Amino acid sequence: MTTTAQGPEREVRELDRVTIRFAGDSGDGMQLTGTQFTRTAAVFGNDISTFPDYPAEIRAPAGSLPGVSGFQISFSALDIHTPGDAPDVLVAMNPAALKANLVDLPAGGAIIVNSDAFTKANLSKAAYAANPLEDDSLKAYKLFRVPISTLNAAALEGLEMTGKQIDLTKNFFALGLMFWLYERSMEPTLRWIDEKFGSRPVIAEANRRALRAGYAFGDTTEMFHETYRVPKAKLPPGTYRNITGNEATALGFLAAAHAAKRPLFYGSYPITPASDILHQLSAYKSFGVKSFQAEDEIAAMGATIGAAYGGALALTGTSGPGVALKTEAIGLAVMTELPVVIVNVQRAGPSTGLPTKVEQADLFQAIFGRNGEAPLPVVAPATPGECFSMAIEASRLALKYMTPVMYLSDAFVGNGAEPWRVPSPDELPDISVPNSVKEDGPYLPYARDPETLSRPWAVPGTPGLEHRIGGLEKLNGLGTVSYDADNHHLMTKLRHDKVAGIANDIPDLEVFGPERGDLLILGWGSTYGALRSATERLQAEGKSVAHAHLRHLFPFPKNTGDVVRSYKTVLIPELNLGQLWFVIRGTYLVDALAYGRVRGKPFRISEIVDEANRLLAERS
Amino acid sequence: MTDMLTPAEPTKLTRKDFVAEQEVRWCPGCGDYSILAQTQKVMPDFGVPKENIVFISGIGCSGRLPYYMNTYGFHSIHGRAPTLATGLKIARPELMIWVATGDGDALSIGGNHFLHSMRRNVDFTMVMHNNRIYGLTKGQTSPTSEFGKRTKSTPMGSVDRPVMPLTLALAAEATFVARTVDTHTEHMQQTLEAAGRHRGASYVEVLQNCNIFNDGAWREFTERDVRDDRMLVLEHGKPLIFGKDRNKGIRLRGLHPEVVTIGEDGVTEADLAVHDQYAEDPYLALILSRMFWPEFPVPVGILREVDRPTYSDLVDAQIEQAIAKSGPGDLAKALLAGETWTVE
Ligand SMILES: Cc1ncc(C[n+]2csc(CCOP(=O)(O)OP(=O)(O)O)c2C)c(N)n1
Ligand code: SF4
Ligand SMILES: [Mg+2]
Repeated sequence: MTTTAQGPEREVRELDRVTIRFAGDSGDGMQLTGTQFTRTAAVFGNDISTFPDYPAEIRAPAGSLPGVSGFQISFSALDIHTPGDAPDVLVAMNPAALKANLVDLPAGGAIIVNSDAFTKANLSKAAYAANPLEDDSLKAYKLFRVPISTLNAAALEGLEMTGKQIDLTKNFFALGLMFWLYERSMEPTLRWIDEKFGSRPVIAEANRRALRAGYAFGDTTEMFHETYRVPKAKLPPGTYRNITGNEATALGFLAAAHAAKRPLFYGSYPITPASDILHQLSAYKSFGVKSFQAEDEIAAMGATIGAAYGGALALTGTSGPGVALKTEAIGLAVMTELPVVIVNVQRAGPSTGLPTKVEQADLFQAIFGRNGEAPLPVVAPATPGECFSMAIEASRLALKYMTPVMYLSDAFVGNGAEPWRVPSPDELPDISVPNSVKEDGPYLPYARDPETLSRPWAVPGTPGLEHRIGGLEKLNGLGTVSYDADNHHLMTKLRHDKVAGIANDIPDLEVFGPERGDLLILGWGSTYGALRSATERLQAEGKSVAHAHLRHLFPFPKNTGDVVRSYKTVLIPELNLGQLWFVIRGTYLVDALAYGRVRGKPFRISEIVDEANRLLAERS
Repeated sequence: MTDMLTPAEPTKLTRKDFVAEQEVRWCPGCGDYSILAQTQKVMPDFGVPKENIVFISGIGCSGRLPYYMNTYGFHSIHGRAPTLATGLKIARPELMIWVATGDGDALSIGGNHFLHSMRRNVDFTMVMHNNRIYGLTKGQTSPTSEFGKRTKSTPMGSVDRPVMPLTLALAAEATFVARTVDTHTEHMQQTLEAAGRHRGASYVEVLQNCNIFNDGAWREFTERDVRDDRMLVLEHGKPLIFGKDRNKGIRLRGLHPEVVTIGEDGVTEADLAVHDQYAEDPYLALILSRMFWPEFPVPVGILREVDRPTYSDLVDAQIEQAIAKSGPGDLAKALLAGETWTVE
């Protein structure tokens, strides 16, 4: 029991974990609200995981169902892997947000609504026949009706602002209220307001007032009988920051260039959900990073190959439709054996698909999607923080093996955030490789390193190494154009063996759980959190279940065959209809089972647990 | 000049230094041979060490050119040579880059990259072998083929209207735009030399004969006996005069060019338009770019040459500016950007 200065008496309840979903119109600033709450929770020391879920339209008609934008954050005193299957609290700024999100809220969950927004017009835009705040339809939940718009407008009285401008700050009222409810400091957000609106004092003051008014409302109202405390998580020691996958990807490549001692080149054409990487790398000019917004993805790929030819650490970034356009040029990079990294932040397809939603359906495209025998290594980060180390790994493989590398992130891992232990630059591996210099004898652009099978890298400007490369088949060693049949077979084999050999240079597939047993859950990419959490739950129930998560998808780690053969059942859940499943079966002749869902959303932990239990029961 | 005043120079390169060992594989009689020969001939004049020169091509007969140049060379994919050139130039601004392309390569599949590399003023020289046909794929219509042309893919005549490459280059803001002819070897040398010296996006259209699939493509006005009367050699600051007898010229009537004869109807040299290749505005160049046989003599030479910052100049200046403002990037700081907290 505590009392605050002015407020009524209330309980403080300690919780291990809370999941909040902020939902509103895409004009209501829900992404910003969620991000501010996330930073605050992260800086406080919780483990966090987030899931921003926004519509493809920048501003769908105000108040409409398609215009609803959401941001889910889970913050915890424990080590968590996902943003939570279902929210504990839904903050709904209008009827459409309530309607679109209510399905995910379990019975007993809390709803905080902006009751001012439940006007006749808004109710009809959300296709509500009656006002749900006034009938019994929400009685399964804890409903808090807060007249946010009115209270907020009152708090801003006297500021020279239009009604519309005032209304735009109501998300900070809601944020302030949530800060109060979860005993969070307003300081990080107040600092952010100063930085962001420093030059616009009225707007800054309005946002400050809105935030404080929300906080004060919580403190003085009698509506809430409890506040909640989620203690700090026990993370390994170090300095932490909150990071999204796309941020970690950009930083990872910046670090990779440092570790490779080469300038960084990034060629890209804007596309959701990859554009953030272009924006971030474009801001690193003082590092000498050269970012290039090309006229299309083909040009971005061509320019990336040109920059690699010139000796840069060169990469391009896009999403699936962009990779489709780059395909021919990626083949050129395979043929000319130049080091480039292709970042694919996957989204739901085919075609334009669901541009802002997650899917893992570009694995076939990554592994197989080129004409001719055109193998290239494929890697995939599993968590937002891991995007950093996988960016360095992708760069290492590209440089060491003189090959294009596909880096498969996705909308969930790219936009999602988690606390990240910040490495120091001297922890970075040395991934540098030398350029060729003139030696005795003729220069052989296609001579091969006996261990890696990679070819030398002679960059223009090096005297005595003038040579010609290109997309036509080359004579082994000398590199002149060759139409010889046996030479083509030899070169095709060499390119294949070079990439296959990478299996000897990557870590084994790690298994979480028993080394043999009833069930292996095998996954890749952003499903890591759900699969790991599901496995933890199943293990806690005493089931013989293990989880293994692939970061290298081509070639696979050497022990992958042994791992998948060590369990009675292998379940491969993916956000596609069974792409890894197909490749694992084809490669290792194991009777693995697929669990594929493409709903534009990450897996829920519970559905994996259910599927695993179903299989365990059926097969015991 | 005495020897003492001449700075020590590296050994002068000759044409031979630029000849690669590869056997040349174009059809005998192809205009591409001349383009290669003139290119090799002018290369030493730039005084650029050959390791700093890169030839990049797309696909087509023209695409083979880099194999024959003893410099760095990259035979890329169809239409995309300007994209590789752009990336290479951004990464390595000190290199001298040439792009060899064809009418299909540059204007059909690569049309988008043509437009954007020109407007960005990327410092490379694009030499387009215009034979008005798809040579390598054995004779289909190209974007510069005449309306109604019969080819393998247009047996009843092409229903596509052709583009005017020079107009396109001007519209795309190329800072150097010129035309020359495969058989006019000296003119081609002068043109390539000027194009190579220009800083910025240079575009050179070479009227090239494909004696296998489009023989005589330009014959009507390029043949020795008719060319003086049917072509207009542009020279900066000179009136637009042509003809064997140097008595014909171009006069502008408002926006319309017209062919006039000096001495007839009171026309004097003073009535003729005067060429200004350095004009900031592109209007005269645009008019010239649209003049073509048989209505007009075909202009050859430099239509436009203007000085603008190149793409890599601007990219590098921004980097310098960023460093001047906040110092060279510090990775440790970038890693720690935003709010951080410490776990003991
Ligand atoms: C993606 C792709 N599409 C088609 C081709 C086939 N192709 C090769 S060259 C060419 C046309 C070349 O015409 P042009 O650029 O005029 O060159 P020329 O052979 O006449 O010098 C075509 C269609 C190809 N190589 N790549
Ligand atoms: S096909 Fe035509 S353009 Fe090609 S090499 Fe032969 S003559 Fe030249
Ligand atoms: Mg052609």
